[in-house]
Amino acid sequence: MIEQRPDPDALLAKLNLAEARSRRGRLKIFFGAAAGVGKTYAMLSEGREKRAEGTDVVIGVVETHGRVETLALAEGLGALPPRIIDYRGTQLREFDLDAALKRCPTLILVDELAHTNAEGSRHPKRWNDVEELLDAGIDVYTTLNVQHLESLNDIVGGITQVRVWETVPDTVFEHADEVEIVDLPPDDLLERLREGKVYLPQQAERAIENFFRKGNLIALRELALRRTAERVDAQMRDYRDDKAIRDIWRAGERILVCIGPNPIAERLIRAGKRLASSLHADWIVAYVESPRLQRLNAAARDELLAYLRLAEELGAETATLSAQDMSATILEFAHRKNATKIVLGKPTRTGWRRWLLGSIVDTIVRGAHDLDIYLLATDKEAIALQPGNLALLTRSRAYLGLAEQEKGSAKTRYPRYLWGIGVTALTTAISALMFGHFDLSNLVMVYLLGVVVVAARFGRGPSVLSSVLSVAAFDFFFVSPRFSFAVSDVQYLITFAVMLLVGLIVGTLTVNLRSEAKVSAHRERRAGVLYAFTRALGSAQTEEEIARAAVKHIGDEFEGQSVILFPDAEGRIRYPESQSMQYSFHSADLGVAQWVFDHAKPAGKGTDTLPGTEGVYFPIKGSSGVIGVLALLPVNLRRIFLPEQQRLVDTFISQLVQAIERVRLAKEAQTARVNAETESLRNSLLAAISHDFRTPLASIVGASSSLIDRGTTLSEDARRDLSKTIYEEARRMTRLANNLLDMARLEAGGVKLKREWYPIEEIVGGVLTRLQTRLENHPVKVNLPPGLPLVQVDAVMIEQVLENLLENALKYTPGGTAIEVGAEANSREVAFWVADRGPGLPPGKEDLLFEKFFRATAEGAQSGVGLGLTICRAIVTAHGGTIDAENREGGGALFRFTIPVTEAPPQIVPEEEQLLAVK
Amino acid sequence: MSQTNPVIVVIEDDPQIRRFLRTGLHAHGFEIHEAETGKHGLIVAGTRKPDLIILDLGLPDMDGVDVIKKLREWTSRPVIILSARNMEVDKVAALDAGADDYLTKPFGFDELLARIRVALRHAVHPGLDTDSVFKSGSVRVDLTQRRVYRDEEEIHLTPIEYRLLTTLIKYSGKVLTHRQLLTEVWGPGYVEHSHYLRIYMGTLRHKLEADPARPKLLLTETGTGYRLAADIPPAASAPVR
Repeated sequence: MIEQRPDPDALLAKLNLAEARSRRGRLKIFFGAAAGVGKTYAMLSEGREKRAEGTDVVIGVVETHGRVETLALAEGLGALPPRIIDYRGTQLREFDLDAALKRCPTLILVDELAHTNAEGSRHPKRWNDVEELLDAGIDVYTTLNVQHLESLNDIVGGITQVRVWETVPDTVFEHADEVEIVDLPPDDLLERLREGKVYLPQQAERAIENFFRKGNLIALRELALRRTAERVDAQMRDYRDDKAIRDIWRAGERILVCIGPNPIAERLIRAGKRLASSLHADWIVAYVESPRLQRLNAAARDELLAYLRLAEELGAETATLSAQDMSATILEFAHRKNATKIVLGKPTRTGWRRWLLGSIVDTIVRGAHDLDIYLLATDKEAIALQPGNLALLTRSRAYLGLAEQEKGSAKTRYPRYLWGIGVTALTTAISALMFGHFDLSNLVMVYLLGVVVVAARFGRGPSVLSSVLSVAAFDFFFVSPRFSFAVSDVQYLITFAVMLLVGLIVGTLTVNLRSEAKVSAHRERRAGVLYAFTRALGSAQTEEEIARAAVKHIGDEFEGQSVILFPDAEGRIRYPESQSMQYSFHSADLGVAQWVFDHAKPAGKGTDTLPGTEGVYFPIKGSSGVIGVLALLPVNLRRIFLPEQQRLVDTFISQLVQAIERVRLAKEAQTARVNAETESLRNSLLAAISHDFRTPLASIVGASSSLIDRGTTLSEDARRDLSKTIYEEARRMTRLANNLLDMARLEAGGVKLKREWYPIEEIVGGVLTRLQTRLENHPVKVNLPPGLPLVQVDAVMIEQVLENLLENALKYTPGGTAIEVGAEANSREVAFWVADRGPGLPPGKEDLLFEKFFRATAEGAQSGVGLGLTICRAIVTAHGGTIDAENREGGGALFRFTIPVTEAPPQIVPEEEQLLAVK
Repeated sequence: MSQTNPVIVVIEDDPQIRRFLRTGLHAHGFEIHEAETGKHGLIVAGTRKPDLIILDLGLPDMDGVDVIKKLREWTSRPVIILSARNMEVDKVAALDAGADDYLTKPFGFDELLARIRVALRHAVHPGLDTDSVFKSGSVRVDLTQRRVYRDEEEIHLTPIEYRLLTTLIKYSGKVLTHRQLLTEVWGPGYVEHSHYLRIYMGTLRHKLEADPARPKLLLTETGTGYRLAADIPPAASAPVR
């Protein structure tokens, strides 16, 4: 038998959740069956207890409704002042989220979780505020009535005939760390109600009278208790998962709920939710977009969107499938997702239509061998409860901002029907010409052709119209008795029936074919867009290029402006500094973007956060947190929030992330490489310094200690020798230190060239004078042709180059060999060179010479860190010139560097030819 | 050194360098007074009435150039500055502010002695008598008759060349900054035209030096200015008068 082990993925998910919990604040819900059971009172009491224990408690918002006991309880606890929002003349008092976040207490009391915030608040719902508080690590106490729980909303509505539209997603309730039920028997509650201890809004008195009937209260109480029990049950199950003391492993149930664009969808979703909760299963809500459904008007599509949103809020995964064959697609999807149960609405087609045209449900039932199928009643009674329900649903999600209608759909419809009539008229005319020459059956064919044309060009409605009209016209004009709808020969009735049927079927098939072609064209276009986007990203080398490509392609696809915002070093979102482009979203709200960046959640229009903002803001999530924000100002929100579009947005973002991370990784790798190089440089520097400094130091210490200890006993010559050693070694160290300092200065980039016009002779002369004593043993040949121009250089630097080159020559050539120095010039550049007759350069290493710490011989007599030539190269490069080295013919090395001539040397006003001689 | 020993004030913050200067200069018969900071140095210079001041440019409390400016408010005694390498700008500023000469650390003691001698000589005989004759190496300049000879052969100079040469002779052995030379020879309006100076120096070298690329008389102090070598053997080491 296979040992059953906990699913590693599930364990990991649990760990992640536990980790998130430890950072998040804890949420405690005081849960009641109805208003007036004393939730607020219970919450405040516990708040006070916490305060007494020394916890930092503050009241975020509490509605006391003037009740004395509650007021007295609230007294002792500090309360945040409310935020006053001016809304159409009335001043609304709202919970001040920012103040709460700023105050950052350990525990905050926030009454009425289901409250809807006034327009202009950051979040549309108070539970969104609470989520943010929890994210910030603040513990929250809150209150909730059972009728506000999303999944029970319709049931409560069914019981009480009053539907509230302020709801809280079940996920919030389920993820609460603690739920305390505040229970009061219905009789006591009614008693309190009579005593006026329950706050009731005046305007809804009648509804409330209905609501507070004993039967209702008992039912609500039961619901609340049961919901809490379910939660406890789930906790118990979690516990058993934790401890792996399960006797039955979870069957891995997965429920697929299929919805269509009709009011039953909401009930299907809620039923699916309840089923999923009771089975502790994952669930998916899928919407199949068939060609017929693609023709839905905008309002219906908005509705669908609202349903899918509802499903997401209830914790479902959502999917939109698009296909010709609904049932096959659903089955295929169910198998792919390993669904075990399918929830469907009962077939709407009944009787002969169901028999003739079939039903999706029947096909699924037939094809689903290994699936349990749940059918939900769609009977009149059930739907009777629905009037206004849809409007309610849409209203409650008005923040989706999808109310705008697509214009012109009605306007374009009628001309299409006119075309249908026109084409039929045309076929009738053609038939009239044919009449008498051909059989009547041929005329039928002409009519059918007309129907096909109408179907192909103008869609389903006109094709049906055209079919009916064709039959009528055929009967009227051509079947005897002509010009009357009467029919003499009964067999024509069959002709009519077949003609109508064939017309309808052909028309439908053609339309489907057409729309399928449209769908695939649409898909192909989308694939093309993605491909183009990926390619553009692939060729982008910098973050800026990536951002540009993304903005352009997102603009193309979503028909809107966008901008990609990155944070600066301090994590503040900034506008990119590069110049903007056509598709840029200029007025993006950086405050919103910042929120999105900090919370890694989307915000803006159509979302839970700041829906009043103009654009939509998506976090760009990389492998290690949010790396930026995509701000989008779409022409039409539907282009973003339809599920398939949403997925496209996600795909765009993930492509973007990959591209950005690729560039960043490349940059990091580059930095790492540079660091490694620096590291190895430092090592060779340390090695060189330890050798080159220690050697002369050893000589100096040795010589000077001899002088100190035995100065008097040494001969004059010996003393002189020792002193000379000290002097020479100190000089050597000076040169070394100078080279190192020069290199550091040049590397730091802090060197500013002080370029002035110099005669070349003066530069060469300056160096030779300075090196006079050291050049004593080497005959120096100076080769300066007459008429050399002035050269614009930093003389101190260039002399340094010449000095280093000369010293190099001195170092590597034996005494007595000649060293040559020279310069030559043409119109473009001036070249300096230093040549010797020494051993020459190691072949193949001419370029390495100028690298840091390179020495011709590994270690030995020649001193120096190997920085001299590197300094030369740095200086020459700073002057815009080049330096190279080569072996001379006949032995020896030649170093040559050039300085480009960028402007004409200055002229001097010649002196009058007036010689001094005053003989 | 005879009679009363010349007095030197050393303003330098590094104790090792002070020690080396004290020992060395004392051995050569100078009387030494030391100061560690610029402020202290100004007081010592005021009380000891030195014949010469040696001043380190990198003092902890004051900018060396400011010290020179303060000194120049009341004394014209020679000031020799000591500077670290790569401080050409400061060096030139100090010279322009009135310092007489400079030495770049590290320096040899003989170099320092030579500079001190030149500075003291100029202090004793400021300027140049118009009736004297200058001689250095193979070059002889008769300042009275305004004639210049190289190897006893007369050399023709333009008025500016001559003015440049005599200016250098006037301060022979001392470094003159580009600014000082331009002001003196061309006038204050030419201080930005250092290429004039360089071109004329070039022609002067061609006329007076045996190998203009390896000058013996007209020396370049790279980045700072020029100096006329005063004591070139085999000729007399001091101006002949």
